[in-house]
Amino acid sequence: MRSGDAAVLIDVADLSALFGALHRRGYTIVGPTVRDGAVVVAELGGAQELPYGWGVDTEAGHYRLRRRADDAAFAHCAGPQSFKDVLHPPRARLWSADRAPDGTPEVVPEPPSEKRYALFGARPCDLAALGVLDRVLTGGDHPEPVYTGRRDGTFVVAVECTEPGATCFCASMGTGPHARDGFDLALTELVDPDHCFLVRTGSPAGAEILAEVPTRPAPGETVTAAAGLVDRAAATMTRHMPDEPLPPLIAASRESPHWDDVASRCLTCGNCTMVCPTCFCTTTEEVTDLTGDHVERWRHWDSCFSVDFSYLHGGAVRTSGQSRYRQWISHKLGTWPEQFGMSGCVGCGRCIAWCPAGIDITAEAAALAASRTGQEQS
Amino acid sequence: MTTGTAGYASTAVNPAVPVPYRVVDRRADTHDTVTIELAAVTTTLPPFQPGQFAMLTAYGIGDVPISLSACRDDRLVHTIRAVGAVTRALHDARPGEVVGVRGPFGTTWDVGSATGRDVIVVGGGIGLAPLRPVVEHVLSRPGSYRRVAVLAGARSPAELLFTDDLRRWTGPAQVEVIVDRPDRGWDGPVGLVTSLIPEVDVDPADAVAFVCGPEPMMRFTARALVGHGVPAEQIRVSLERGMRCGTGWCGHCQLGPLLICRDGPVVPYPVAEPLLNVREL
Repeated sequence: MRSGDAAVLIDVADLSALFGALHRRGYTIVGPTVRDGAVVVAELGGAQELPYGWGVDTEAGHYRLRRRADDAAFAHCAGPQSFKDVLHPPRARLWSADRAPDGTPEVVPEPPSEKRYALFGARPCDLAALGVLDRVLTGGDHPEPVYTGRRDGTFVVAVECTEPGATCFCASMGTGPHARDGFDLALTELVDPDHCFLVRTGSPAGAEILAEVPTRPAPGETVTAAAGLVDRAAATMTRHMPDEPLPPLIAASRESPHWDDVASRCLTCGNCTMVCPTCFCTTTEEVTDLTGDHVERWRHWDSCFSVDFSYLHGGAVRTSGQSRYRQWISHKLGTWPEQFGMSGCVGCGRCIAWCPAGIDITAEAAALAASRTGQEQS
Repeated sequence: MTTGTAGYASTAVNPAVPVPYRVVDRRADTHDTVTIELAAVTTTLPPFQPGQFAMLTAYGIGDVPISLSACRDDRLVHTIRAVGAVTRALHDARPGEVVGVRGPFGTTWDVGSATGRDVIVVGGGIGLAPLRPVVEHVLSRPGSYRRVAVLAGARSPAELLFTDDLRRWTGPAQVEVIVDRPDRGWDGPVGLVTSLIPEVDVDPADAVAFVCGPEPMMRFTARALVGHGVPAEQIRVSLERGMRCGTGWCGHCQLGPLLICRDGPVVPYPVAEPLLNVREL
């Protein structure tokens, strides 16, 4: 069965059968669960670890779990983590070397991860983010070995969004709340009257897994109801990006006075880059033992908000907060399309919720658009 | 769901992993700059073109992007100025020691596209190093290029690179050398390399210019070349930013829309010009 064919329903009690089918094939299942006051991405032992009955309240600089009146498992919006944490981990060893008796280092590349991941509960913005990371880390002349090793052979279970957060703006980025492609199975959660999931298959692998799970045909009105929930999610989204094309706006804003305004609020902490599901920048660190004969090179996430990020012999290129915020938002919205043929922003809203100063990327883009319009008029 | 890439088979070169090369020759150019010649220990990397760079590893310390400073069969030649921990360790590596090499990365000078035309080469400080293969390429094919002018600037006479080469090139090429801070023995011109541009004996409208040096030097040099009549699209500059990977993964080397490791280091001046004019970009 292919995407667009007749959909079926899985009862909530049978999600465990879906987990079982994935486990039997050797997948390590990662997905949302409640931990430390947030919905995090973690390895899941079973469907019972999903965040049933938890909702989330978000606003600029605000994220709080909230108990729901129902038992919905996917009525929460993006948390502090994303599948980036799994496929492009914060720390990874690239290679190790030991010095032979003649002094020559014998370098051994890090073997690829042996785990095969099933990404459970990827929202449409997450699917878009995976598409961005695929392009950035594997679409050029040199596929990145850590990401490639983890991404190849992943199984993706998407869940469409029926309840966006106040910080979400995927509809204006064209990435959600409907799941269009990039999944093996796509679920839409229906809580009322029976808690169940409408399922579409997106690949032969998805169909194969689904064949091992109890399903029943979806009545036409259920399919319509599910689509209506997702349509409503799009309609209720309050935040949006300016309508105009962003790359020319950003390129025209390089010398904008607005950067001073942002810098007066921005702490240059880098939280936005850590929670962003597409921010991919890394640095490397060489580690040795006490003898110096054993050497390892590790790569870590890095952030364009650190002064050290732009270090060139003699000093950093971007020392001011203005220039560092400009770099981040310009890359995300302006230069990413030139570099990779797609936007670096998927509209998940994480950077808005997790900014300790409540800086809102949609509001900053709107301010740039407004100040340019003002300049043109004056 | 797959990425559609084959991954790295054991036989393929994983570009994240440095390949061991042995230092087979080391020559001091100035008090803080050496030229080292490297030979593969086992695996030989694909050939490097003038303008491209390698990521050179000092094991246990780190790696840095360094351009090719000469083309030799089966050897890699790099000129390194000790300005930080990694370049200091590479500078100090003696013949027999092993360093790591990744590459080749980046764009080339595309010297061949200047065939049949005049050539202007302008180097400032260590910027002369990636230009040396350009001059050697052009002078080794006397029928293929017309007049050649090499302009070299240095802070002081003691910091002038490749003095033997500059002497050897004089004659086949017009070679002009200038220093900012002369010493007692210096009887050449004093000032910035831009002041030499009016003296180049070439047809500016039909010349291709290759420029490398500190960023302000490249800005002023390119402007002066344009002012002298060299069309902007016939000027190429070699840009520099910090890099952690060389392969487009780390994000450090961005200059506006450019990933210098992928879209550079050599770019046409019309691409670089609007970017170099923005502070802290």
